[in-house]
Amino acid sequence: MEMVPLTHYLFLSATLFVIGVVGVLVRRNAIVVFMSIEIMLNAVNISLIAFDRYLNLHDGQIFSFMVMCVAAAEVSVGLAIIISLFRNKPTINLDEFNIMKS
Amino acid sequence: MLLKLTSLVPLYPLIGCIINGFFGLRIGKNAVGLIAAGSVGLSFLTTLIIFIGLVMTPAEERVFEQVLFTWMAVGDFTAEFGFQVDPLSMTMMLFVTGVGFLIHVYSIGYMHEEYSFYRFFAYMNLFMFSMLLLIMGNNFLIMFIGWEGVGCCSYFLIGYYFEKKSACDAGTKAFVMNRVGDFAFLLAVMYIFNIFGSIDFTTVFHAAPEKLIYDSETVTIITMLLFVGACGKSAQIPLYTWLPDAMEGPTPVSALIHAATMVTAGVYMVVRCNALFALAPITMWTVAFIGGATAIFAATIGMTQFDIKRVLAYSTVSQIGYMFMAVGVGAYTAAIFHMVTHAFFKACLFLGSGSVIHGLHGEQDMRKMGALKSHMPITFVTFFVSTLAIAGIFPLSGFFSKDEILYHALMDGNFILWGMGITGALLTAFYMFRLVFMTFFGKSNVDPQVHPHESPKIMTMPLVILAGLAFFGGALGIPLFHGWHILHNWLEPVFYFDMPSALEHSAHLLHEQGKHAPSWSHLLQPEGDHNVWVEIALMLLSLSIAVAGIFGAYICYIKKPHLPDLLTEGQWGYDLVKNKYEVDEIYDETIVKPTLEGSKLLWKECDAKGIDGAVNGTAQILGWLSNQARNFQSGFVRNYALFMVVGFIGLLIVTL
Repeated sequence: MEMVPLTHYLFLSATLFVIGVVGVLVRRNAIVVFMSIEIMLNAVNISLIAFDRYLNLHDGQIFSFMVMCVAAAEVSVGLAIIISLFRNKPTINLDEFNIMKS
Repeated sequence: MLLKLTSLVPLYPLIGCIINGFFGLRIGKNAVGLIAAGSVGLSFLTTLIIFIGLVMTPAEERVFEQVLFTWMAVGDFTAEFGFQVDPLSMTMMLFVTGVGFLIHVYSIGYMHEEYSFYRFFAYMNLFMFSMLLLIMGNNFLIMFIGWEGVGCCSYFLIGYYFEKKSACDAGTKAFVMNRVGDFAFLLAVMYIFNIFGSIDFTTVFHAAPEKLIYDSETVTIITMLLFVGACGKSAQIPLYTWLPDAMEGPTPVSALIHAATMVTAGVYMVVRCNALFALAPITMWTVAFIGGATAIFAATIGMTQFDIKRVLAYSTVSQIGYMFMAVGVGAYTAAIFHMVTHAFFKACLFLGSGSVIHGLHGEQDMRKMGALKSHMPITFVTFFVSTLAIAGIFPLSGFFSKDEILYHALMDGNFILWGMGITGALLTAFYMFRLVFMTFFGKSNVDPQVHPHESPKIMTMPLVILAGLAFFGGALGIPLFHGWHILHNWLEPVFYFDMPSALEHSAHLLHEQGKHAPSWSHLLQPEGDHNVWVEIALMLLSLSIAVAGIFGAYICYIKKPHLPDLLTEGQWGYDLVKNKYEVDEIYDETIVKPTLEGSKLLWKECDAKGIDGAVNGTAQILGWLSNQARNFQSGFVRNYALFMVVGFIGLLIVTL
């Protein structure tokens, strides 16, 4: 069976990452921004595993588990922040939140 | 043994000053007066004891130095804090503490109504301390401390009534004019250290004939600078204008500081440095002529003033001019003699005028006085005795001292100087009797609401003592008979100067430099004998001059009181003199105003615009930049994310 070449995985990963970056930059909904960050993390996971397979190592797989752990922790903290933002002001539109400025 | 007490003399007034200055309000007026006068009295008694000690030592060994500690030692430079007692400083100490004590006693009565009684006495004691440092120091630096100290106290006391603007201005004027002289004095001290490597009196004066060439530039510059210093302190042309204004202070201050003691400090300093001045004929000439010119100049102004204290102030300037004239012709004894007698009669005159002012509740204008002789008999008698003394009537003290100066001026072969002196004597007799006639004789012009009264005993007693001293003070220097001139015999060791060997050294030094020494043989001619007949003729002449002055005043102010107005009406010359030759105005226009304008220019343009502009500008630019940078921090999370992305891409581009 013919193997899918490494380049394809990397293209997929890069595309997903760019989608994530653009999502972070252009969307206003905090939840969507959050999901975009998850997409970016998973794009990185894809490239980690693709390299791992290509080079016949196991470090990448282990590291991708690390990334998932971090992502899970980040989700719990991030969602808590979003909830407290919503309690503060009945919206999760990020443009409404610039209270950090002076 | 007795000389060991020396350091106590200035200590008492210092302690008095500290007690009065810090606790004066709490201990009450009586205690303040007692401490102030008592401390000076103790100084006087101690001085007397030291005087006995000094008299008991043989004449050649009458120099006693007491070094308390080394004040500072930097490299080659050492300055000791020490005192020197020799016949010259002894003479000064005696009359400074003696007259000072009497004036302190008088002030207790004069200043009794004042609220800041304690402040006055604290300053007075501080002044006594500084003055004693000035005359007792054993090196130039101690003298300089005293020199500055008396100037400072003079400033405090002129501005004693500081709520009056004129008093403040007068204080500032005195201070600033004194600074001019002080600066020159300090320069001279530095120059002396540069040449001699020491500032100790004994060392410098012993080394002077060996290190300095007669009539060389160096010694001329040093002595000229010293003389400028003396001019500032002793109110000589061109730095005399502060003294008449200094009359804004309380009258005892005028008596103590601006008549008897501080203003004669310049004369003392020049006399002290006689070893240097003897080597500088040009300076001596300048000193004599400045002195003579001041004597006449101030006397003419004194004739036209109506403020009783201002007349006395100009008289002081004029009399100090006499002292400088004496110094300039090398008659140091005569200068010191006149200084002592002047301290007696001028202190008495000032205190007497204070008594008059006190009796008239603060009136100083002589046109509003007159016929006071019956109201205040003691003041009148003492004032009259002192006036006779200053006018030079035989056998009062002023006659002997002034005559000695005139005799030496003539013997110096300088008829112009002598003429200046004799004219000054005529003017002195005239303006002093004008003052007496306007104040005590004639018809009363006193404000009818004011009832003149004699001053209390505490004020008249010092007057009586001072008048007695003014009467008998001439006994210190009886001329004609060899050996009767007590002061001359007493001071002679201080003024001993070996001119022939000094000239020999100078010729040797010049020879080493490969120059030819000019002929100085005319300087070494033996001094002519004391010509008794010349002296008697001079005495008769000056006596008749004085009587002529008195007679003139009698005609103008008693016989025909309308005559002065008639003579002076519309005369531009009179107006010029009355306006003090416009010297104050000239100084204002040529020195004060340009200085103020220049300072203002520097302040407004250079300081406010240039320096402040640069400093504030830097801050403003930084502030503007920060404000711009602040805009990056928008508070929007997505903005920050964008920056991160841009930065990351930038990094990528750079690394790839």
